[in-house]
Amino acid sequence: MVQHDVIIVGGGLAGLRAAVGLCDKYDVALVSKVHPVRSHSIAAQGGINAALANNPNGKDDTWEKHTFDTIKGSDYLADQDAVEIMCKEAIKVVYEMEHWGCPFSRFPDGTIAQRPFGGAGFPRTCFSADLTGHVLLNTLYERAVARGVKVYYEYVATALAAEEGVCHGVVLIDQVKGEVIPMLAKATLFATGGYGRVYFHSTNALINNGSGIGMAYAAGVPMKDMEFVQFHPTTLLGTNILMSEACRGEGAYLINNKGERFMERYVPKAMELAPRDIVSRSIQTEIEIGNAFENELGKYVHLDLRHLGAKKILERLPGIRRISIDFAGVDPIDQPIPIMPCQHYSMGGIDTNASGETVLKGFYAAGECACVSVHGGNRLGGNSLLDTIVFGKICAGSIDAYLSAGAITPREAAVSRKKEETAKKIRRLSDEGREKPFAVLEELRKTMDEYVGIFRTRSELETGLQKVLAVKERYKGVRLTSSALHMNYELIGALELESMIDVAHATTVGALLREESRGAHFRRDFTKRNDEDWLKHTLAAKGPDGELSISYRPPVITRYQPMERTY
Amino acid sequence: MTEASDIYTFEILRYDAKTPEVEPAFSSYRVRVIPGLTVLTVLNRIRDELDGTLAFRSSCRAATCGSCAMIINGKPGLACRTQVAGAEKRTVVLEPLPNFEIIKDLVVDMAPFWETYERIKPYLVRKSADPEKEIFQSEDDRQRIDQFVNCVLCACCYGACEVLRREPDYLGPAALAKLQRFMLDSRDERPDAFLRSVDSQTGVWGCDTLFRCIDACPKEVRPTDGIVGLRKKLVKYRLKRLFGMGDGHES
Repeated sequence: MVQHDVIIVGGGLAGLRAAVGLCDKYDVALVSKVHPVRSHSIAAQGGINAALANNPNGKDDTWEKHTFDTIKGSDYLADQDAVEIMCKEAIKVVYEMEHWGCPFSRFPDGTIAQRPFGGAGFPRTCFSADLTGHVLLNTLYERAVARGVKVYYEYVATALAAEEGVCHGVVLIDQVKGEVIPMLAKATLFATGGYGRVYFHSTNALINNGSGIGMAYAAGVPMKDMEFVQFHPTTLLGTNILMSEACRGEGAYLINNKGERFMERYVPKAMELAPRDIVSRSIQTEIEIGNAFENELGKYVHLDLRHLGAKKILERLPGIRRISIDFAGVDPIDQPIPIMPCQHYSMGGIDTNASGETVLKGFYAAGECACVSVHGGNRLGGNSLLDTIVFGKICAGSIDAYLSAGAITPREAAVSRKKEETAKKIRRLSDEGREKPFAVLEELRKTMDEYVGIFRTRSELETGLQKVLAVKERYKGVRLTSSALHMNYELIGALELESMIDVAHATTVGALLREESRGAHFRRDFTKRNDEDWLKHTLAAKGPDGELSISYRPPVITRYQPMERTY
Repeated sequence: MTEASDIYTFEILRYDAKTPEVEPAFSSYRVRVIPGLTVLTVLNRIRDELDGTLAFRSSCRAATCGSCAMIINGKPGLACRTQVAGAEKRTVVLEPLPNFEIIKDLVVDMAPFWETYERIKPYLVRKSADPEKEIFQSEDDRQRIDQFVNCVLCACCYGACEVLRREPDYLGPAALAKLQRFMLDSRDERPDAFLRSVDSQTGVWGCDTLFRCIDACPKEVRPTDGIVGLRKKLVKYRLKRLFGMGDGHES
């Protein structure tokens, strides 16, 4: 059986950073269902936060202020010890990425440029035009090539092998050869991305379906805070491609069909640069009260860049302009961009501590698939790229400590058993049932959009839950067109759909039970935050009976007592 | 909702390297298209609803990840960035990228492409110790590498390159453009002698300057600019050596 010291599943920023941190000392395998440079990290536009204090208007910035903004932005649900670590480490990792060749945009004095972002007291978002994820991912992949990291690309993980509280490896499908491959490891890290594609409208890449979170859940690792789903205020009408917060950071306006800068009525001080959850709800409200434009693609408001002028748009937001022209036929130099809010980021994920450890020995998670939690109820713009690199690095350290502490012998039999399980699932999907997997997937996605969206109520969530459970039943009747194992994307999709249903189930139940409004979770029937009853993380574990079981855990509070979150 | 929708025919080249005895052949699919739909959206619909065995790569669907390069009506491009309604005909022909072996349908074996990428040492080379903070770089120096930084490694240029058709060992436009991205970076300290590794017909001298790569690039990168730049640098390096000026560093 193939064995490595460490298997890292996921080739985005978190996985690559962990691989680079471990490969000099250990035999590391980086496994990814797409080539690493195709990972969703590449799509991040706006930037990465670090209190470098380079901006003339941000000379007094410190990592402590970054910590405070992040905790306040999280609506006090973040674990404050973890946020402190992230914001302190931010400065180091940004310089490290620069030393590794990351081409950041620059200020006239040659330092890394920084722009203002929503929810931040200082302009501390480092960037490279509006292609920050692209340059960071390329830089880290280049570093991985320089260090000779072993990459298995187009290998899809199907199961995590755990027995008696210890992780022994993973089961993979080699898409090119068409084989199910068990792979043993002393330590396994998941850096598999978020669950955005559980929703119908999402800014996420098509590959971000939460399958890693579902696999960890099936192996006994709880999901945390799944009900906290970020809806980005500005996504392109039609394709829902992200229109970066950098647009508003650079000064863009949000305009309704009456020509008003309507944010004035919601958050007069911060205006367009209020945090994402608040701006999304404001736009959704405008849509509901009839202040939106409408065409055959849906209802929308305008993101207006025109007053920034051609020079600034071409220099700072060239990617946004390109996307607007290619995908909406709109040149933002001359016309406002039609936008709507939709799913964007997964605050919830695999339950880890601030070291990236889980309840399973030898199993770690980092990046968007993980919930440390540094984002709590709402993530600030510029903190997700940061989260991936910092916790990728931290996980490398934790895994090193674990492997250094003593001999670990992963059990071949445990991985073999899981391999059999995958083979059995594939046989079941090939022989029985009669429904196309996509039909079931579409029902799931539409349910999440309609019943577990920006505004939530008990009755809608109850309906949503019934529908998710019905989808779970329907899944049993799914059948593949072909049972071939190689380059069978329908097969991969059908296997991942099982995880997606579990993820959607936990998200819906978490949202139904949480009778308060906090961060991105907004209940129309409980509009206030309720710290007395709900200042706690939701944990969704697979109970002994195989059913979803919910428990709660208080967040770590160090220095920042919960206050009302105003902007 | 149903303004100007039209029926389009998608002709997709099918082949499976697992069954080489079956010759490549086109499959035909009829799909209703409304304005705004991209080729990738339609491909997904075909796979999801009509034919679950169709193989193609995709990820970001926003022209940033480089997964879905293919030949669309005879030209290399990204399926996600190509509007169907913009096509002149009601037939859209899709084929895999040339200059690669086919794995299945529109999925090609990219391994040779990644090998050329690795051959040029695609990373910042430093000799000096790292400063405590950032290495200073002027915005002008930053902008010199801009177009090469934009490359998404989709391999459209590699598929379009006439030289690669006859010389499979040629490094190709993307790898050479990537090398120029580092050679031009004010922070990179690789010795000029590194250029010797591309001083050959399979390196910078292989290019026929037909500019096919520039036409093919979906991200407005001009690989030929990079190749010409490398050639100039190489000539300068040779002259320096001739006059015994040693192995100067990039300034």
